[in-house]
Amino acid sequence: MITSSKRSLLTYLVHATVLFLVVIWTIPTAGLFISSIRDKDQLSVSGWWTALSTSEQQLVTRANDPSKQIQVGDKFVIQGNLFEGAPGAVTFFGFSSLEPAAFTAGSVAALRNDQTLQVMENGDYEFSSPTEWKGSRGQRIFYSAEVPPRFTLDNYREVLGTEGLGKSFLNSLTVTIPATIIPILVAAFAAYALAWMRFPGRALLVAAVVGLLVVPLQMSLIPLLKSYNLIGDFFGVGSKTYVGIWLAHTGFGLPLAIYLLRNYIAGLPREIIESARVDGASDFDIFRKIVLPLSFPALASFAIFQFLWVWNDLLIAMVFLGNNADQLVLTGQLRELLGSRGGNWEILTASAFITIIVPLCVFFSLQRFLVRGLLAGSVK
Amino acid sequence: MQMAFTVIYALDVFFGDSMGQLASALVTMFLGVLGCAVYFYGSNMLLDKIFPTKNRPAQQVASNLRIANRIRPWLFLGPAVLLLTFYLFYPVLDSIRLSFFDRSGEEFVGLSNYVWLFGSDEFFESFRNNMLWLVFVPTAATFLGLVIATMTDRIWWGNIAKSLIFMPMAISFIGASVIWKFIYDFRSGDTQIGLLNAVVVFFGGEPQNWITIPFWNNFFLMIILVWIQTGFAMVILSAALRGIPDETIEAAVLDGANGLQIFFKIMVPQIWGTIAVVWTTITILVLKVFDIVLAMTNGQWNTQVLANQMFDWMFRGGGDFGRGAVVAIVIMVLVIPIMIWNIKRANAEMEGR
Repeated sequence: MITSSKRSLLTYLVHATVLFLVVIWTIPTAGLFISSIRDKDQLSVSGWWTALSTSEQQLVTRANDPSKQIQVGDKFVIQGNLFEGAPGAVTFFGFSSLEPAAFTAGSVAALRNDQTLQVMENGDYEFSSPTEWKGSRGQRIFYSAEVPPRFTLDNYREVLGTEGLGKSFLNSLTVTIPATIIPILVAAFAAYALAWMRFPGRALLVAAVVGLLVVPLQMSLIPLLKSYNLIGDFFGVGSKTYVGIWLAHTGFGLPLAIYLLRNYIAGLPREIIESARVDGASDFDIFRKIVLPLSFPALASFAIFQFLWVWNDLLIAMVFLGNNADQLVLTGQLRELLGSRGGNWEILTASAFITIIVPLCVFFSLQRFLVRGLLAGSVK
Repeated sequence: MQMAFTVIYALDVFFGDSMGQLASALVTMFLGVLGCAVYFYGSNMLLDKIFPTKNRPAQQVASNLRIANRIRPWLFLGPAVLLLTFYLFYPVLDSIRLSFFDRSGEEFVGLSNYVWLFGSDEFFESFRNNMLWLVFVPTAATFLGLVIATMTDRIWWGNIAKSLIFMPMAISFIGASVIWKFIYDFRSGDTQIGLLNAVVVFFGGEPQNWITIPFWNNFFLMIILVWIQTGFAMVILSAALRGIPDETIEAAVLDGANGLQIFFKIMVPQIWGTIAVVWTTITILVLKVFDIVLAMTNGQWNTQVLANQMFDWMFRGGGDFGRGAVVAIVIMVLVIPIMIWNIKRANAEMEGR
């Protein structure tokens, strides 16, 4: 009796802990997504966790500038609406950041020089002055308001168009598709040779592949940059081309590809391959008719790895591709935006989400193969 | 309505003048695959033509077969070996050579790049930070991965939980950096839109500009990598835990061991090898980490790491190849012990087969 209640308590604890961890792990991404579809004015003044509530928000809006003033009797008046047509209800307002809620909605606040400001509950405001308003910018109005949640796709529209993410998306696809497919065939042949053909130097080659698996890319960058400059000059095409990056990703992806595929192919039943040999099949036939079809799961695993790696890569793209709109990939674009639009979270969150959505879809739809590949790549 | 507009707009962007680019990528892919196929098929056919093994005297067949079988592996391996040589093997050697040359890589300068490296504060800062990363990230990710793997194996919704914790694996480092920069966001005043500061304020604390606090900011960057890598550790360790024979655990239960004892004394020792693999894999990744630091701080506020410093020197002031190469070599030297261990392990496996 005691043990069973103790056990169920423990089970509850496990459930609670896992739930807690899952929440911690998912909340960052969820926050990003929710923020990316929020109205940018709300996003910049309130946390994304308040997105669904009509809770009171501290807001600030710049009133219409003095060029829009009209004369009513002997007064000069600037009018407008804080919400610009959107729903909302002002509770308090003020004209200074020190006292942003000094006045209740509907009352008249006295400013300097007999100027006044009145803000109604529906957001209508009216600056009034006995003399003409000067300056080129409108005054700031601070107010507390009950603002209903506003969701919009404006952020996505903006980043896909004006910020150039649409083009970058295409560039990323352009880089990724060939760089994922081309290494597969090259690696598969090599893997077969390393797994099932006997020749001097085989063990050394396998050891070399395992060694190259962990060579930091940083070791390759400078010499390759030099080589690319030479080759680019020779052909008169410059060093930053798509062909260059396809080949670079192919080269860098090969150790993992060969290693994964060799492990898998070496694990195929010996009898199948031996009996095919006895029947007079050449190595080429065995590879094409037996090994390749049987290795499909391993090929798929590697393809997913390579796809994620190439799509998410920033380093190689920064070194081997240009910085212009025709070549900037999504990760590179996102990095540029971090520099130039660092505080504009509506831009950054939407851009980041566009950057991660394709890998996430691949991940969730093909997780099975990914896990299988991971296990083959490290446990064995 | 808005949605329809967005979709139409996106389609327009995609299928406008840019369509040609994607088409050329697809054509290249097709040509690449076709080229490979033609090479492998053609070279094999050529080999069979030159050294025919059919309808010939027995002795000739035997000798032809022997020669062909000696050449064929290299036909299979050719493209891969060429690519590996050009993209990995030769560059490693050339990097070592360049580390003895000046910024343009033309004039031999002896050890002066090394002298500069070991005399520069910047290097010791990156090195110290890298050591912090090396200790903290693999430890935290492996430990959390192990704990989560153990717990998710006991609950009915464990697979969903695993899938969600595994998810950050698919997110790029730069994407993850944006996600976490948003969490660390700081602004003066009461309203914080960054989650971390909001929590701090909620509990009555003072909001902080987290990524500018020297020393501790390193940990805020490391958390990003832990967030990404825990899923990896969890998946691998979970598979290893499932491989533990039930009898060993049942025996321990019968002997009256409690949960913690079973975990640490029965389960962990049996998967020690896998833990080491996970640990080293993450260690290698940590040594190469670059995007996170570049995106979060670019090495400011004492967060520089070797990989970012190397990248920096590669392009700083038009690029200093000598110094860049030296920093790369430090990373390489740190990787070498793991590399040797991996090769030994792989060799042992080969012999076992």
